Amino acid sequence: MYSKEFLTNLYRQLFTIRIFESRCIQLYRKGLIRGYFHPYLGEEAIAVGVCAALKKNDYITSTHRGHGHCIARGADINRMVAELLGKKTGYCRGLGGSMHIADHSGGNIGANGIVGGGIPLGTGAALGISIRNEDRVSVVFTSDGATNNGVFGESLNLAAIWNLPLLIVVENNQYAVSTPIDKSTREPDIYKRCIGYCVDSSVVDGNDVLEVYEQAQKAVEKCRSGKGPILIEAKTYRHGGHHVNDPGHYMPKEQLEYYKSKDPVVKGRSLLLESGAVSEKEIVSIEETVKREFEEAVDFAQESPEMTVDEFRAIGEVY
Amino acid sequence: MNQAVTGKNQQKRNIMYREALNEALREEMRRDPSVFVMGVGIAERGGSYKVTAGLLEEFGGKRVIDTPIAEASFTGLGVGAAITGMRPVVEILFIDFTLLTLDQVINQAAKYKFMTGDTRSVPLVLRTQGGVGNGLAAQHSQSLEALFYHIPGLKLVMPSTPYDAKGLLKSAIRCDDPVIFIEHKLLYMNEGEVPEDDYCIELGKGDIKRSGKDVTLIAWSNMVPRSLSAAQKLAEDGIDVEVIDPRTLVPLDKELILESVRKTEHVVIVQEAVRRGGIASDIASIIQAEAFDYLDAPIEIIAGMNTPIPFNLILESACIPQETDIVESVKKCM
Ligand SMILES: Cc1ncc(C[n+]2csc(CCOP(=O)(O)OP(=O)(O)O)c2C)c(N)n1
Ligand SMILES: [Mg+2]
Repeated sequence: MYSKEFLTNLYRQLFTIRIFESRCIQLYRKGLIRGYFHPYLGEEAIAVGVCAALKKNDYITSTHRGHGHCIARGADINRMVAELLGKKTGYCRGLGGSMHIADHSGGNIGANGIVGGGIPLGTGAALGISIRNEDRVSVVFTSDGATNNGVFGESLNLAAIWNLPLLIVVENNQYAVSTPIDKSTREPDIYKRCIGYCVDSSVVDGNDVLEVYEQAQKAVEKCRSGKGPILIEAKTYRHGGHHVNDPGHYMPKEQLEYYKSKDPVVKGRSLLLESGAVSEKEIVSIEETVKREFEEAVDFAQESPEMTVDEFRAIGEVY
Repeated sequence: MNQAVTGKNQQKRNIMYREALNEALREEMRRDPSVFVMGVGIAERGGSYKVTAGLLEEFGGKRVIDTPIAEASFTGLGVGAAITGMRPVVEILFIDFTLLTLDQVINQAAKYKFMTGDTRSVPLVLRTQGGVGNGLAAQHSQSLEALFYHIPGLKLVMPSTPYDAKGLLKSAIRCDDPVIFIEHKLLYMNEGEVPEDDYCIELGKGDIKRSGKDVTLIAWSNMVPRSLSAAQKLAEDGIDVEVIDPRTLVPLDKELILESVRKTEHVVIVQEAVRRGGIASDIASIIQAEAFDYLDAPIEIIAGMNTPIPFNLILESACIPQETDIVESVKKCM
């Protein structure tokens, strides 16, 4: 049985990602956030479940849909919102934006604008761990679309021949922008590709935070005992279009409704309630706190300065 | 969906850059069954910038192909198909992602004809899109044309108007050598006059976008409209600027440039890309080697800062040449 604290934390993170994404989309619509914004809505349980199995000093690499991973690694919401607003107090001082947030204190090597770009980086982090003989793991969060890129197969093979402490988490949301998965691969069960590389793999329901956590926990243990790499495929679905300006009309209504009925955040809430550890009232109070903290983060970001052009030139000269 | 405008008689009309590109593809695909297009999200969705809209409906899935996110390989497939009788137009959504394709483009496509003793050509077009947008940050805003400019065996085209975009894309498709065709994300919605009838623009022929007698301003892609509005401002101050758009950087219309330099005796070159190792420096070296005696002042280069592109919008615009920078530089060299 899980402790009250553990279950509460899982739900707090699920709800934080939900609030962060839905409120930041509102800021985007108001013109406060620019550029690309790929929401993690509907996929929250994957980042939260996997990161719950990690220790503070483990590494992750993230994707273009990266806010959830960052939050699940304990990032400071203030600095995340500030980054999305291009402010100097943001994680990348306003130079990176949504697709490039990195949080080294949380072991988050970074989001990525290049699909698949983070796979070799995370595998490299695992290589470093192995060379230094440390008790750590590296987790690559990646996406169904990225598994059709060469770097996926090459990195998986490298990790396999060198037994690296690497967990690859494929967030299979069944689309790459508007291209459905059955148009980009014959075998939509991506975990099955691991057979050919002699890598252990499994598939989980990405809507169920505890199921994700349990699989990740096992995988991470194996990695720590030298039996890596491992791959977990999490089946999931976006609750909207590819990015905030994509209405997602190509997503069949019934399918979207089906996945919304299995909403990972709602599911996490009922897991918490059903455990009997926490009352409805306590949950509401957690939710209120998360919302208030988000509003405070927006205030913080709006009041924060931007880097000046002179400050930027000083940095720029180094390049 | 855009519809391709066909039919004769109507002389000219205004269409968008992206529509002009769409027409070029459509006309060449109708003309030549070996032409096909391939890329991420180009068929069903019609491309992120709608350049390939409607092509799937007209030409079907065998010639309008959606690919998985496998740039290195599908570009290489384009090279292989080109060697064996097809005329592929491969789309790479952002020039930043062409970096994944460089082995196939540089080691394979660019050298194949040469390595095989000039016996077999590679009629491949790689269409891509570059430059700064609005807060797209470091991996979606680059100007990488100099990388391709550097490689023997590649042609390099960067149109600035709908008219040029259409005529040059048609020539690129008919060209027997690999052509890197770089569009600009801020130009797609620009409108301009495009004739109804079939026309091509020869690769290697630049264009005088505005004639003037005091200074030669050389610019390409999105720096052309910016230079034209700077020229407008300068005219108010009595400086008569000639704006030259090479349109194709390889081959480069040296003669057009030199002729203008001999007339104006002053040169400013504008590029969005970072200055270091850039095309502007190379053009400047050509001018000083071949028209040194005509120059009245050092050649001015205005270029992007030598940094990756920042996300913050104010910093982003500080990184690349703005109209005011162009105006200042022209005044400085006069
Ligand atoms: C190498 C590369 N090719 C194309 C793109 C453009 N792009 C951005 S996200 C995306 C779809 C990615 O789909 P998937 O990998 O399944 O991730 P998801 O968006 O579904 O999370 C594409 C094609 C890119 N960023 N990088
Ligand atoms: Mg996907």
